[in-house]
Amino acid sequence: MGEDSRFILVTDVGSTTTKARFFTKKGTEWRYVVSGEAPTTVEKPYEDVTKGVLNAVREIEELIGHRLISENNDSILQPYDGEKGVDLYCTTSSAGGGLQMMVGGVVKDITAASANRAVLGAGAIVMDILTMDDGRRFHEKISRIKNLRPDMILIAGGTDGGTVKHVANMAEIFYAAKPRPRLGEGYRLPIIYAGNVNVRDHIKELFEDEFALIVIDNIRPTLNQEKIEHARHAVHELFMDHVMSHAPGYLKLMKWTDIEIMPTPAGEGIAMQLLADGYNANVLGVGLGGATTNVYSIFDGRFVRSVSANLGMSYSISNVCKETGIDNIIRWLPFEKDIGDLQCEIKNKMIRPTTIPQTLDDLIIEHAVAREALRLGLEHHKTIATRLKGITVERTVGDLLAQELEDTYIDLMNFDIICGTGGLLSHAPKRVQSLLILTDAFQPEGIMRIFQDSVFMMPHLGVLSTVDDKVAWQIFEKDCLISLGTVIAPRGRLKEGAEVMDMKLDMPDGTVREEGFSFGEITKIPLGIHEEAHAEIHPKRGMDLGMGPGKTVNATVHGGVVGLVIDSRGRPLMLPEDSIQRKAKLMEWFVALSMYE
Amino acid sequence: MVQPTEKRGAKGAHAYTPGLKIKRVEVVNKERFLPIEGEVLVNVGDEVAFDTVVARTEIPGDAAFLHISEILGVDPCDVEEFMLKKVGDSFEKGELLAKCVAFWGLIKKYVHAPFSGHVENISGLSGQVIIRENDIPLEIDSYVKGEVKEVIPKKGAVIETTAAFVQGIFGIGGENNGEIAVAVSSPDEILTEDKIRPDHKGKIILGGSLVTGEAYLEAIKVGAKGIVVGGMGVEELIAILGEDIGVAITGEEKIGITVIITEGFGELPMAQRTFDLVSSMEGRMSSINGATQIRAGVLRPELIIPYDDPDIVEEYSEEFSDGMRRGSVLRVIRKPYFGEITRVTDLPVELQKVETGSMVRVVEVKLRDGRIVIVPRANVEIIEE
Repeated sequence: MGEDSRFILVTDVGSTTTKARFFTKKGTEWRYVVSGEAPTTVEKPYEDVTKGVLNAVREIEELIGHRLISENNDSILQPYDGEKGVDLYCTTSSAGGGLQMMVGGVVKDITAASANRAVLGAGAIVMDILTMDDGRRFHEKISRIKNLRPDMILIAGGTDGGTVKHVANMAEIFYAAKPRPRLGEGYRLPIIYAGNVNVRDHIKELFEDEFALIVIDNIRPTLNQEKIEHARHAVHELFMDHVMSHAPGYLKLMKWTDIEIMPTPAGEGIAMQLLADGYNANVLGVGLGGATTNVYSIFDGRFVRSVSANLGMSYSISNVCKETGIDNIIRWLPFEKDIGDLQCEIKNKMIRPTTIPQTLDDLIIEHAVAREALRLGLEHHKTIATRLKGITVERTVGDLLAQELEDTYIDLMNFDIICGTGGLLSHAPKRVQSLLILTDAFQPEGIMRIFQDSVFMMPHLGVLSTVDDKVAWQIFEKDCLISLGTVIAPRGRLKEGAEVMDMKLDMPDGTVREEGFSFGEITKIPLGIHEEAHAEIHPKRGMDLGMGPGKTVNATVHGGVVGLVIDSRGRPLMLPEDSIQRKAKLMEWFVALSMYE
Repeated sequence: MVQPTEKRGAKGAHAYTPGLKIKRVEVVNKERFLPIEGEVLVNVGDEVAFDTVVARTEIPGDAAFLHISEILGVDPCDVEEFMLKKVGDSFEKGELLAKCVAFWGLIKKYVHAPFSGHVENISGLSGQVIIRENDIPLEIDSYVKGEVKEVIPKKGAVIETTAAFVQGIFGIGGENNGEIAVAVSSPDEILTEDKIRPDHKGKIILGGSLVTGEAYLEAIKVGAKGIVVGGMGVEELIAILGEDIGVAITGEEKIGITVIITEGFGELPMAQRTFDLVSSMEGRMSSINGATQIRAGVLRPELIIPYDDPDIVEEYSEEFSDGMRRGSVLRVIRKPYFGEITRVTDLPVELQKVETGSMVRVVEVKLRDGRIVIVPRANVEIIEE
């Protein structure tokens, strides 16, 4: 960025909404000014993401009276000429929506099962698994592929040196189907081949010209081995490079931007890394979107990202409900709700994904679903962030039968910061709502700072940081990162009402607060942004704040827009089984934090 | 939030929220392609009926694996020796394919053909034999009545028809044809079991606000081809499909009937305009397809009712309206006014606070009962008049 630069425009073309953010230099400092949002125009009748971009940017124009769009309505004005335009325009995009894949294998219970595990581990929705022994006729398989229009295909099958013909047959079915991409013409459908090495030449012959083919190691080189890491990585890479970048209008958008368009999760990930670096902390981050949930962990310098393409708050909202079960949604509602009505409301959001809650009950329902989407997203992340990451993971047949998961190193007690972004979190009417949603879903343990993206601009600042990291950090620290506060939550469980811990707080105004907390309650103590307090906490026997059960902890705790939240509800967090008690408890917690007042 | 707009207008003067297409006259083009190459049977300019065969091919029969070495209890490398049929040999269903006789006839093991076909492969490595059914003829019909507009050699054809066209919000079941039969007297009437009659056999039934599970089962029982209705309960949907749906990708369900809901899930009166249009077509043959994909690249279910008179195309009108203005008719698509047909009274530029506490861009509308309320602009769809 040149010294005389004054205006920056960054957009994120999301699966549901296109978000424009406008930044300006005030004195020597870059600051966020205003946002504009509009529905993403990836669907018919538009099928051109740039229309949504222009609509979002037009909202900024209207709000600040600064001209940004060309007379012809066909580009962003650049450079700033002293009156109109911007010095830099860049964007992120996830308009491709969730990743929807098909899996092909030879035998349902062997290669296809491994391929399925790999694909699920990479965060895709498995639309269907086709195998030679699935009982469907060839033409039925072909029709199925054509009708489903997958974003990506993983073909596996055969051990190395094993069956060739069956693997070739399965590949030929996909070739014969020639699935039509759902996003734009000219899109080369990605196909990953992870089967018998002896079929590779045939696979290349079939697919190389018309598809984006990636050949990787066999996921089942022998019957006793399963190697799925390569497949997971390949899925992640192709999702970034192919699927998301093929929303209609994308090529036009590329011409408008000063730098390459970055996938939204990549932008988000860079921003999470900025946070971890800036605070020298272990960070667990999450982007809760309309179609996907992206979870990021930066632990001891190791960055891991998972994309749960089937968990989101609009297109994928019904899938959250399906995966977690309706009872797990209902458990977060403090009021009586007919199951049938609730299911209808969730499905209506799925079929009309751009709508927003107008009533309080409706908002609380979305927040309930959000808790489950986040919880499942973290569970998924744990299957990827494993201790053996980077080393070829070998499962024996015995492991497969036992269905044991690899040990994850994600232990909430060892993290310092949780940070949330995404439309639902950033647009929650009250910040405390985001804090409790994140707390209920992730169940932080020990002493955890909670941050939130103010108006959803982490992806924007992530991509901006690739141009100028100083500018990005200035805006990030001042305007993007909202400290919600600190959650103090001991691990362990006691009887309802039992003493959990005593705390002595040296407040910034010089006063001293001494309080005891009972099991089952959640309490808020005011401590403002940029304020710190010293806490001396004595957990009772069986309760652990990170130093061991019953061990005293001394720590500096940081304030935020919510303050300090003393979460004495125990870990793991368990809601009362009885419906009346559960609703009363939820109401008690909501009232204690002034959630929906 | 600014809604997609086709024009640059005065501040917030109008916006465009796409709705579902409900057209009295629409020129519809349907691609009718084979899944694999074959023979196209029609020519450009041909008139086709709903069931005209457009293209035909032969699909290789399904393959089956026989674990011969396991069944006979022999080594894989010896399988070929016990096979009575060799690679390329044909056989009839029930014919003996392999046998093993051991211990002077004390142990006898046989493998019979599960279907008619031929032997494709005998693996001395795995001991498996692949047998394949005879080729299966596959035909693609025209689905709609109309004229062949384009022929793609070896693939199929594009059929053009001038029709009344109704897009639903969600559907299940694939393509079907049948006459329109109106089973209710108003769009807010529930389609119950007693309204399904024996003469609905082969028909596409128009319901009102909801189809009950019992009515659905009765419609299948009498042999109806389709149901078009305002809403459906999720529990009924799960009962019909046998499982819940996570993402809305439908169309291949083998449920014996095609169902389209026009408004959403739950009891929701069908939009009067949709109801009036479809009911005015009673007795006409139509094409219905429940296939839905709600994601980027959205695909909505459809009801196509072709006209007999091709001149009616002159009434064809542009699909796009020029946006939301004072007086525009809107359908609210979320609580608390879900399903209400309203008229715009104002389009405030400033963000306004709604019950959730959020500051959002709203539209002020007049409800049927005369009340004037605000609704987030994200929660309305334009109904073209």
